[in-house]
Order: sequence, then C-alpha cells, then structure tokens
Amino acid sequence: MISQVFILSSQGDHLIYKDFRGEAGSDVVNLFYEKVTALTGDQPPVVMRHKDVHFVHVRQGGLYWVATTTADTSPFTIIEFLNRLTALVKDYCGSLSERSVQMNFALIYELLDEVVDYGYIQTTSSDILKNFIQTEAVSSKPFSLFDLSNVGLFGAETQQSKVAPSSAATRPIQSSRDQGGKSEIFVDVIERMLVVIGSNGVLMKADIEGEIKVKCYMPTCSEMRIGLNEEFSIGKSQLRGYGAAVRVDECSFHQAVRLDEFDSLRILRLCPSQGEQTVMQYQLSDDLPSAPPFRLFPTIERDNGGRLLMYMKLRCDLPPKSAGINVSATIPVPKGSVSLSQELSSPDQSAELQPQSRAVVWKIPRFPGGTQLSALFKLEVPGFSSASMLEVGPVSLSFELPKITATGLQIRFLRLSPFQPGPAQRWVRYVTHSDSYTIRI
Amino acid sequence: MPYIGSEDTVRDLRRVLSNPNVQSDQLRYRNTILKVIRLPSLVEYVEQPLTAGLRDRAACVRRVAVLGWAKLHNLQTNSEIDAAVVNELYSLLRDPDPVVMVNCLRALEEILREEGGVAINKPITHHLLNRLKECDIWGQCEVLRILQRYRPQSEDELFNILSLLDVSLISPHPPVMAATLSLFLSLCSGLPAVGLAALERVRGPLLAACGNTSREMQFTALCHIQLLLRSLPGLMGEHYKRFFCGYAEPAYIKQRKIEVLVELVNDDNVAILLDELRGYCTDVNISTAHAAISAIGRIGRSYSDKCLEILTELLGLKQEHITSAVVQTMRDLVWVCPQCSRTVCSAVEGCEAEIQDSQGRHALLWLLGVYGEQVSSVPYTLEVFIDGVRSEASVGVKMELLTATVRLFLCRPAETQDMLGRLLHYCIEEETNMCVSDQALLYYRLLHCGIEETRKVLQCRRSDPSLGVLIGRPAEPINQWSYIFNTLEPLRPGAIETESATIGGSPEHMTFDPKPNNDLSDTLSYSFGKTVRSGESEHVQCPTIFRCSPQSLQAAMQLVNIQTLAFTPPHTLPWRVYLYTNTQNKHSADTCHGTLILGELLYTGEEIQKKSKDEENVGVEARQDKREEEREEDTAEGRSEKERVKKNTAEKGIKVTLKQQPRDEKALKGFLSVLTTVLHALSSE
Repeated sequence: MISQVFILSSQGDHLIYKDFRGEAGSDVVNLFYEKVTALTGDQPPVVMRHKDVHFVHVRQGGLYWVATTTADTSPFTIIEFLNRLTALVKDYCGSLSERSVQMNFALIYELLDEVVDYGYIQTTSSDILKNFIQTEAVSSKPFSLFDLSNVGLFGAETQQSKVAPSSAATRPIQSSRDQGGKSEIFVDVIERMLVVIGSNGVLMKADIEGEIKVKCYMPTCSEMRIGLNEEFSIGKSQLRGYGAAVRVDECSFHQAVRLDEFDSLRILRLCPSQGEQTVMQYQLSDDLPSAPPFRLFPTIERDNGGRLLMYMKLRCDLPPKSAGINVSATIPVPKGSVSLSQELSSPDQSAELQPQSRAVVWKIPRFPGGTQLSALFKLEVPGFSSASMLEVGPVSLSFELPKITATGLQIRFLRLSPFQPGPAQRWVRYVTHSDSYTIRI
Repeated sequence: MPYIGSEDTVRDLRRVLSNPNVQSDQLRYRNTILKVIRLPSLVEYVEQPLTAGLRDRAACVRRVAVLGWAKLHNLQTNSEIDAAVVNELYSLLRDPDPVVMVNCLRALEEILREEGGVAINKPITHHLLNRLKECDIWGQCEVLRILQRYRPQSEDELFNILSLLDVSLISPHPPVMAATLSLFLSLCSGLPAVGLAALERVRGPLLAACGNTSREMQFTALCHIQLLLRSLPGLMGEHYKRFFCGYAEPAYIKQRKIEVLVELVNDDNVAILLDELRGYCTDVNISTAHAAISAIGRIGRSYSDKCLEILTELLGLKQEHITSAVVQTMRDLVWVCPQCSRTVCSAVEGCEAEIQDSQGRHALLWLLGVYGEQVSSVPYTLEVFIDGVRSEASVGVKMELLTATVRLFLCRPAETQDMLGRLLHYCIEEETNMCVSDQALLYYRLLHCGIEETRKVLQCRRSDPSLGVLIGRPAEPINQWSYIFNTLEPLRPGAIETESATIGGSPEHMTFDPKPNNDLSDTLSYSFGKTVRSGESEHVQCPTIFRCSPQSLQAAMQLVNIQTLAFTPPHTLPWRVYLYTNTQNKHSADTCHGTLILGELLYTGEEIQKKSKDEENVGVEARQDKREEEREEDTAEGRSEKERVKKNTAEKGIKVTLKQQPRDEKALKGFLSVLTTVLHALSSE
C-alpha cells in the first residue's frame, strides 16, 4: 500500500506530490530530503523511516522517486512499482529529466491517478492506460534540422535513411497519434558485461546479462515475430554441434510473449503494447563465447627519481570492422600522488589525475578492433614505499560496444503480421556495455 | 488531505451525483467519485452512485466503485458496516475483471479490518488461486499476500496449493517471486524440509534480481539473500562470483556483497575470495575498505594463515585508516584464534605511529598488554603512549593504557617500573576523569597487596572462553526470519546481525568502548543503590548449578551474550552470581539505546526461608516493585504468579533477581527465557 508518491529534483525541489490516502502531511517531503542528503556515504539509502512513515526511493534520471508506505509492505513491489513508474513517465514524456517532468506535470498527475487508486496499484500496462490518458506530452526538444535529414534527397536511398538517429527512440509515445509521427518499432539488444581478468591474464569471472527491449510507437498493435539465431540454446546440456552456437544459462520472458514457435524455430511472438518493455532477459555466467574485448599489459616500475612509471598497453580484440567507443580506463594510484605527466599515442585521447578518487582516468573516444594503444604515465608520489605498489590497480574499464553482442545473439528477422497498411519502420540496435570490467595488475 | 472544495464545486458535484445515470459516462463518473471521496460533506450523496457503480457494465467503473466503498468506510469509521455492501463485495470476487476482484479483496480488507480482514475460506482460496494467472503482477502480489492467512485443512490440499504456486515461485518478476516464497514459508511452517526446498527453488530468480539493472532492486535482493543464508548457508556456495563487487557500484551494495561473500567461503574458493577481498581493502570509500578488512578477519577464523598474510601486507601500506582497521581485526582474530598470536605480535610492532583514532589505539594497547612478553619493543611503545597521556582525549584509551602497563609490569617489571609509576601518578593526581583515576587507584592498591594478588586479578584470558563449543554458525530454522521476509525490515542497516556481533563479544572488548563503560558505572550505582527503577524476580529449578565450575558457567553465559560480573566459588552457600547484558532493541531503529539488564542469581540451599529474610534486601525491594506493577496490570494473575514463586522457593530453586534500565518488558522476558535455558542446560550436564 502506497501512502504518497513524490518526485524531487536533486536540489530538493518538489516536482510532483500526490497523496493517495491522506495519512501523513506534505511536510514529509522536506523531511525526506533532509534525511537523504544527511546520509553519509556508507549508509544504504533505499529505505528510511521517520516514526511511522517509511520512505522507499529509487534514483532515476537524476531525480528522487519516492513512495511512503508502512513497514510490512513488500520492498520488491514498491521498488518495482517505482521503476515501472519511471518507465511510464519516460514513455509518455520521451525522456527522464527534471525539465521533462516539470513540463509534463499535468500528464504525470493524470498517469498517477490512473495507476494508483487509494494507495493500491491498479494497472501499469500501457495498453490499458492509453485509453485513459488524454494529455499530450510536451516535448522538451526544440525542433531540429537533423530530423529532416532522414528524408532522402529526391527519394534516393541514402545511407542516412538506413540509420535512425540515436534520439529517435526518445520521443513520447503519444505524439504518434496526430503529429503524423511515424509508426516505428525499435528493438534493442542490450548486454552488460561483468568481467574480472586476473593479473596473469586468466579470465576469472565473466558474466553477461542481456535483455531484449522493444519500444513500440504503433497505435494499433499487431503481432510481431522476432527471430533469434537458430543455434540459440539455453542451459549447458543443449550444446549442439560445433562452433557457432549461441548459448545462455538462464532466460526469462515477458508474460505476453508466446513461445510456441520458440523451441523449434527460436521465434518469439508477441503483441507489443505501446511504449517500452523488456521482452526477454538472459544471463550467461563464467563463459564468454569469444575473447574478452580488451586486454591490458601493464608494466609498473620506479625510476631513479622516485617517480612511479606506469606503461600501459591496451589491446582491443574486437573484429577489425567494429570499435569500442567512449572507452575510459580508471587506474587507482597510491594515495598522495601529486602530479601526472603522460605520453599518449594520439591527440584525441586524454588522461588526468583525479585526486579525490585517487585514480588516473585515461579516456579513449574511439578504439577500433584489432589495434593496440599504449600510454606512459609518470606519477610523482612523495613518500613512495614498496608497499604503495599494492595500491596500484586493479584497472577498471568502462566502454560501449555498438553493433556487437557479447553472446553473439542476433535478431534474424523482425516481422509484423498481418502486414501493416502504413509504412512501419523497424529498427534493430545492438549494444554491449561494461557493467564492471576489471583487470587486475 | 481533503480537497478544500469551493461552494460552486460542491454544488456542481451534488448536481452530477443526483443524476441517476451518473455512471453512464465512465470517465466522468470516475473523476467525480475520485473527487467526492475527499469531501466528507458529500458523503450522503455518494452512496447511491457507488451502489449503482458496483453493477456497472464497464470494468473501470466497478474498479473505482469498489475502492470507493473502502474510502467511504474510512471517512466515517464509527458508522455501522453495511452487511449488504459486504455481501455485494464478496460476490464481486467472482467478477470477470481481475482488477475488480483484487480491489474487492483490498476493500474488504479495509472495511472488515476490525474483524481481522477478509474471510479466507477454502472456496475463496481455490477461486483466487485459479484466477491468479489472469492478474497482473500487482494483483498477484496482493492475492498472495492475503492468502497467507489461509491454513489448508489437509496435507493433500496443502500440496495441491504448493504445486499450483510452483510456477510463480520462479517468476521473473521479483515481487511475485518474493510474495510466493513468503506464502510458501507461511504455508509450510510445519514442514521445514519443504521450506528448504522452496529456498533452493528461488535461488535462480533471486540471483537474477541481484543482476537487475536497478541498483535498488539489487540491494533488496541482496538483503533477502542474507536472510536465506541464515537457514541454508550453502545455498549460494557455487555462485560466489555473482557477489563480486563491480567497480562503479555504490558503497552500500559493495558492503552487503562483502557480507554475503564471507558467508560463502569454503575450501575450494577461499583463495579466489581472499584475492578478491584484498582488492576491496584499498577502496576509496573508507567504510567499504573497513568492511573488507574485517571480512578478511572473519574468514581468518577458519583460514588464519592466508588471511594473516594479507593483513600483514596491508599494514605495509602505512595508511592511517587501513592500519587502524587491520589492528582491530587482528585483535578480534587473536581473541578467537590464539594460535596466531606470534604472527600478529610481529606484525603490529612499529605500527603505533600510524594509528590515530581511538578504536585502533585501544586494540593496539590490548594486544601489547596481553602479549607483552612476546614483543621486545613493547616498553618503548608504551613509554611513547605514557609520555603523551596528557594530550590523550579518549577515556577508553587511557584506561586500556593503565591495564596494559600493569600487565606488562607483571611480566617485565624491570623495564616498566618507572613508567608505571609515572602513569599512576599522573592518573591519580591529575586526571579529571573519574573512571580513569578510579582505575588507577584500584591498580595502585592492588599492587600494594602484592604481586601475586595482582597477577590473579589481571591474568587475563587470551582467548574466547566459548571457543570450541561453537564452530561456524548453525543453520537457523526458517521460522526465525520468515516473518520479516518480504518486508522493509531486512533492508534496514544492521537488521541482519553479522557473526561478529554474536560471537566477538568478550568482556575484554566490552570495556574497550568508553561509552558503555560510563553507562555501566552509572547504572550499577543506580540499581545496587536505593533507586531501583524496575526489578523482577523469578525462580529457576536447577539446584545443581552451584556445583558447576565458574569457567563453564562463564563460557556458557557468553555464548548467549551474557557477561558475568562476579560469582562466589562453587560449593559455597549462599551461592551468588552477578551478571549483566546489553540488549539492542532491533525492532525500533529510533531508540537505538537498547537496555541494560543486571541480574543476580542466588542459591541459598536448605536454609532458604530464613536466609532470604535476612539477606535479600535487594530481592525484597524488587519483589515489592513487581507486586505493584502487577497490581496495575492484572491483580489476579499477579497473585497466582506470586504464589507459584513461593512454592518454588520452598523447593530449593535458584532465585533470579533482575533489574533493567530503561524498561523494556519484551527484552526482559526474552532474557529470562534465555537465562533459564542456559541454567537448565548447565545443570543437566
């Protein structure tokens, strides 16, 4: 049971406040902000209490999404609800930010009215909600010429028209109704890697968590068929043949997915509802189908002047045509390191010493597959002792690999049936993120 | 928060509600009802539209109308419950729309709160279970929660229900999974084996929730995994890698993961785990680093060599907070594993310069005092401390310094005599703090009594006396925690007590912390003086207890976290034991003070009747106190209780007199039952 729901900006401005049961006053909003900002770093912030009021909150899009409730409520339910609420707001407003919430407050109140009644969650399905939500979203994006660039010149098939801009999937779902918005469907395969590589180069842990998300802008839903790789297998026992099998350990599907063709043909059938939904989630643990994307060969030594020399060679083992972007390596350095001098192999890279997090951050905007980059960092460390070497490492990498899935999962086809009358555009996007990619030194 | 409606609004709403076909426009009806329910002045106008709304054809109207009745009931709580409405709501449980069905449950729950909520009988249960699949996840959670009240009549029925629920147990939605497990545990509270099997079953979904994209969900899942591990320590054994911390994770998740990792250690993974934990010890976040260091210490209880190696290596970093945490961890480790004392002693030598905080100095001084003869440089180290005693702020450190110096004097008199004299002089003459100067005086007078007497008093225990009795943490029965499963309770900081809290408590370490010390002395004077705030006396039937050795008594008491203050030698009459315990009230986070219980065990043997009159001033006072209280509560019950007490006295029981401050009835009862169990166990040996 939810007593109140409110949304605060990171500065504590009240953006949305909705009281469902009239049990506690609105002063709890300020109380919550005081409590949440007074927390020291090591206290878990998720649940806080003040007398009989229990605050449960999640942070999304730089905002606090808070629900107040009683002690015996299920935390799983409340957190899942808040996450779902953020997803709904994102669907309806296009993006999650302080600005978009401010501009669409009427819409969000309307949503809350439909979603929760007297503190009880009624429905969060966008299929049902679309019948009731009347308010149009106000898009915070100014008109941009870039949107026009999708129109092919003289109807010619240009490269531009084959690729949707990355912002295409961040528009409100409602606007498709009368703005003549295209009926589009986006399918994202998103994977997150959790990798630990030992100091000897051995893969110590390699987990992949992936999901297939569908974002649908079509007003009328028709059946969609998503074909996965035919050699896709679940669990360890089903390994068949050699080589190209795409394997995951565990797999779960959205309840609306019909799996009658899944066993034989690896086809998911569903009627997507408007907005974003996770169709399938899967995990793979302790086994990567290909080599880990990045390897590091560090050499760390002291020079005569008492400086710490770190010679880093970073190799990207992706196929040559693909590349990692926004690669950033964080190298912890001994406490008290004062200055950094660096030699990097190309001018677009950068490196800086961040004293408060005691780390050198090396940024590489684009890192093509099959190449190798090297960098030399010289650190001035007063009071350097041999034990300080212990403080160097492990190096953690964060990166994004567009057009690549680490498991090798691909979408063979994406069909809408019965055939749509209008031009329905279908987009498929693959991306692999580093959730935590650690290389020990 | 009722809306303040203007005259116009109220008039307008009245007009709308008077229309007999108000529900024909669905959306308008919904909006009207939603608004009206907050204006108490319009209550009489609402009933008719609500009644009509229950029979409307549109599901969305029925949904609003059903909950409308709950709102109406809460607006006028003292009015009679309308039986017709309740019947109507019960019949709507068969509504084709699942949300209406769930809303009926919710409304009935609110309306019939005084009667214990909606009645859950066999047909309703089976109906709800059969329709579970139609509901969305929110509805499923609600139904599963309400079904917890149902008790199946036969075992067959129980297993039918369980097999129906099996699908939801491995649901990919964490809320449904948690609600189902909660229901499972409450249904099979009498069948522990089935409960354990259910825990095995949810392992997959719980692990998946730990990998959820939402940090908050990860945290919730981790907290609940800790609960599960209390009953099934081996549950996550092979999945330990899932609990390795990610680089960018917030500190609160890292610390929970470290706590889980400690539980998962076994012979196969210990090397990998320690390697991983060592990486966290240099974390930028200081509290995460401390958590990792103390985790290594806890693993060290079973794998001391490897852990000591890592801890010694960490000392080499020469960083204040790390050194301090390592020394504290080593102290705790030595207390349970005395065999590592040699390594620890050689490691802590020379690290006094880095430790700045009082807790770390405490730990260091204790180590130096107890193992003074093994470390050659101790006198020099202590001399530095003694020279700086004037600028020392912490009372606890000063007291520990006194004890350590006297201890060292016992084993190395020649080197220590001079500095001990200086320290005692300073503490007695110049120190303003009562505790410190009292302790110095005590030692001074003790030394007057001769070296042997001093040795007797100060010869301290070097290891946990309960050692060997308890190996690892025994698996708890599921019932211990199932009532807080799937509530906010496990998410509270400190809700799940760590192993160190239950085992690490030694009397030596207790006195380290200056604060309880002060509390204690206050309370002592309180309760053994005239002002007894609350007392309770009870008799326990175990007359052979006074024959058991003080060592085993002390050890047994410490197992349950009761500290003994003083006792008479065995086989003497009257036989007395004084003990105390500090209980933390875990259920209310606001009052984190806890309560202090002081107890006296008295066994007077045959001459109980006479003696009790002569000597039991304290006891009599306490009994009077109790009598008064019981009169307040329930006179008849109090009298019968007293009579029972008297009868027991005649039968040579042990008299237990308890005092407590501040008062906490529940804690007192719990303490008494624990104490009784311990005494019975001891006397049956």
